[in-house]
Amino acid sequence: MSKRWLIATIAALGLIVAACANPATGDGTTTTAEAEETTTTGGEESTTTSQSDDAAGETPYEHLNAALSGEYEGTEVTVNAQWIDAEEENILSVLTPFEEATGIDVTYEGLTDYETVLTVRVEGGDAPDIAQIAQPGKMRQFAQAGQLVAISDWINMDQIRADYIESFVELGSYEGDMYGLFFKGDLKSIVWYPVQAFEDAGYEVPATWDELVALSGQIVADTGTTPWCISMEHGDATGWVGTDWIEDILLRTAPPEVYDQWVTHEIPFNDPEVLEAAEYMSQIWFADGYVYGGNTAINSTFVGDTQTPMFAEGGPECWFHKQAAWIPDFWPEGTEAGVDSSFFYFPPIEDEFGSPVLGAGDQWMMFHDRPEVRALVEFLATPDAARPWIERGGFVSPNSSVPLDWYGSFPNNELAAIMADADTFRFDASDTMPAEVGQGSFWQAMIDWVAANGTGTEDVLQTVEDSWPAG
Amino acid sequence: MTTRRETAITRRGPLARGLLTGVGFVVAVGIVWLGVAILLDPGAVTRILVTTYEAIGLTGQAEAIASRGLQEGFVRLITSLFALLVGVGGVWLLYVSGNVLIEACPERVRPRLRPWLFILPAVILLGVYLVFPMVETIRLSLTEDGGFAGNFSFVFTDPAMRIAMRNNALWLLAGTSGSVVIGLAFAGLVDRVKREAFAKTFIFLPLAISAVGASVIWRFVYAWRPEGDEQVGMLNAVWTSLGNDAVPFLQTTPWNNLFLIVIMIWIQTGFAMVVLSAALKGVPTELVEAARIDGASERQLFFRVVIPSIRGSIITVATTIFIAILKVFDIVFVTTGGRFETEVIANRMFSEMFRFRNFGQASALAVVLLVVVIPIMVVNIRNLRRQGVGA
Repeated sequence: MSKRWLIATIAALGLIVAACANPATGDGTTTTAEAEETTTTGGEESTTTSQSDDAAGETPYEHLNAALSGEYEGTEVTVNAQWIDAEEENILSVLTPFEEATGIDVTYEGLTDYETVLTVRVEGGDAPDIAQIAQPGKMRQFAQAGQLVAISDWINMDQIRADYIESFVELGSYEGDMYGLFFKGDLKSIVWYPVQAFEDAGYEVPATWDELVALSGQIVADTGTTPWCISMEHGDATGWVGTDWIEDILLRTAPPEVYDQWVTHEIPFNDPEVLEAAEYMSQIWFADGYVYGGNTAINSTFVGDTQTPMFAEGGPECWFHKQAAWIPDFWPEGTEAGVDSSFFYFPPIEDEFGSPVLGAGDQWMMFHDRPEVRALVEFLATPDAARPWIERGGFVSPNSSVPLDWYGSFPNNELAAIMADADTFRFDASDTMPAEVGQGSFWQAMIDWVAANGTGTEDVLQTVEDSWPAG
Repeated sequence: MTTRRETAITRRGPLARGLLTGVGFVVAVGIVWLGVAILLDPGAVTRILVTTYEAIGLTGQAEAIASRGLQEGFVRLITSLFALLVGVGGVWLLYVSGNVLIEACPERVRPRLRPWLFILPAVILLGVYLVFPMVETIRLSLTEDGGFAGNFSFVFTDPAMRIAMRNNALWLLAGTSGSVVIGLAFAGLVDRVKREAFAKTFIFLPLAISAVGASVIWRFVYAWRPEGDEQVGMLNAVWTSLGNDAVPFLQTTPWNNLFLIVIMIWIQTGFAMVVLSAALKGVPTELVEAARIDGASERQLFFRVVIPSIRGSIITVATTIFIAILKVFDIVFVTTGGRFETEVIANRMFSEMFRFRNFGQASALAVVLLVVVIPIMVVNIRNLRRQGVGA
């Protein structure tokens, strides 16, 4: 009898072991991934974390230097970002030199439907080591949920403050800690136009809003073509082009303080100032014959394809396209930025508000704390990291230590000039608002408003106000 | 297998039986442990190979592997081999040791315990992956965001949610009836063609395509381009070649909902047809013959004789499709993303959860779907049982 019980006990133990082993086989991938994480951190933490804790951020580029001496050779860092196609080549031009110099294997993955897929991965415990994000609001949500590694905990902040202006450090911070490292800046307040055809027709770059609208009318009369290319289809991010317009116009029709209060919801979303901005916008968006393909095209043409009609064989089918400096990456093959199309500053509306600039920026977030990940984050904070992309064009670094002569040619030099002339700089409001507004109802409102061809503006703005989360 | 071993063990007496099980147990634990270790540590395969080569004297080989590493494909192969061993070993371990455990019990209770042992893994898996998330979802819907009142009033009063509710109702109505009616029609028709299998394959084919793939295809079918551009969408290419203006199908409210439902019908018709076609063949010939002799017209025959006799299958098909449509997500996500008033509950749930991170509101939506689906599932299961008994 006693032997029997012994066997029974052993068998019971076996049951427990088997119960533990079963899920591992049932869902091998996740378990392996998680395990990789724990083993790698577990393995190296003992040696490096103690080191870095003593010296927390005392020497700049501590981990980067260790990586350059080959200390982390053979380790792996995963990077996710929304940069695909041509832009993927740009980011790879940044990451590859790091890989070659350190022997760290950097696995980059560019994702479509980026914000959604990234959230799914993070929630599912499958976060990359480093990920780019365009919305400071989204970054703060991750930080709030405790999913990010505070970069300011270990990096040399003196070096960061020497390289970045205060507002970028602030935008990357949540409750006093810096979680986001700004890497790429974008100016949104520019309008692309077909240089040659424009000059041939004898047009002049408009210096005010009224001139811009008048010229649009003249183009309709002169050529019978539509003056504007506008569209905002971008998967589950559809609508952001419209929000950019509202914001850019609001900066031109109201004091920057109103803009700030609007972002933080100290004034209602549908404040009369915002309604006025929307009405200005309607003068172009919903004017008959002003937009290529009309309101249906605005809602259904992919953002990257917006400007394609400007390069039509028989001459421009549209003459203006308001979009940030990355858009040439999406132009048809055989076109060149600065030659086939160049840009001018989106003109001021009311004199008293001068020349404001609406911008945006991408920051890096860190999800896992390993020495080789720290090394890559330190690398991305150096001016040198951005250099290949700067030279490829369409890239403005928020790092003030980047020498201006690196921006040798178009379009960077012109962007730098617009930046220098700016009276006000404001970050994209929809990226800073709470996600359910900034990436939800505000985008949705733009889609609905366009679908209704600009009617019911007040109701549309009201829906966004109603959707603002309480508290 | 088990029974034979059992008797063999029993015959050898308690000591031998204990030893044998003990050895088997140790071996199995070893395999599972090794397998788990390998699955957890990607470098293990290399290390084991190096050690093995060194042990049998092939130091050159060992060094080559240690310095150059292994091909990724090979490592994957080995890893999956061990995954297999862990799986099989683990299951073997579970059942054999469970069986031994039961053998140790008094004879009377064994038959009562054994079935429990065998369904235990399934119960645990269901508990971990189904029951626990369900309870957690209900908890979230009551505690997160606005609490019970806030979350559920959002579900039923938010203007965007009202559109989603309306659309889901439309989907259920048009989608289910469309799939069943068209599936039944095809089932009746292919019954009479010569190359039945061939015809059926074509209608069944869409079911083999994932809903995402199907939606991508249909997005091209419905595509719209501004006037003057080449119409890349099939429907608009045909439509404009007849001299009409291009129609933005996916933006034309409220008809765009119907265009999306067509995709679902396209996918589900094959399923309905296959099941109903099998049911049609099960209608006794005598019954049909008798009806014919009694002077029933073909129409009467179909509606009064055939349909009542396949009623069970029709209910099964309808409820299954109903459930599939209730949780429709991929088609909407891929084609319109819920824009242009095509939002549905499941898509909104996804947005609330993963885009806006409103876990409470997302969970409340999930709970509503769950509550709606329960009665349908009861009907479905009851019906299946009744059929099982009848057959």
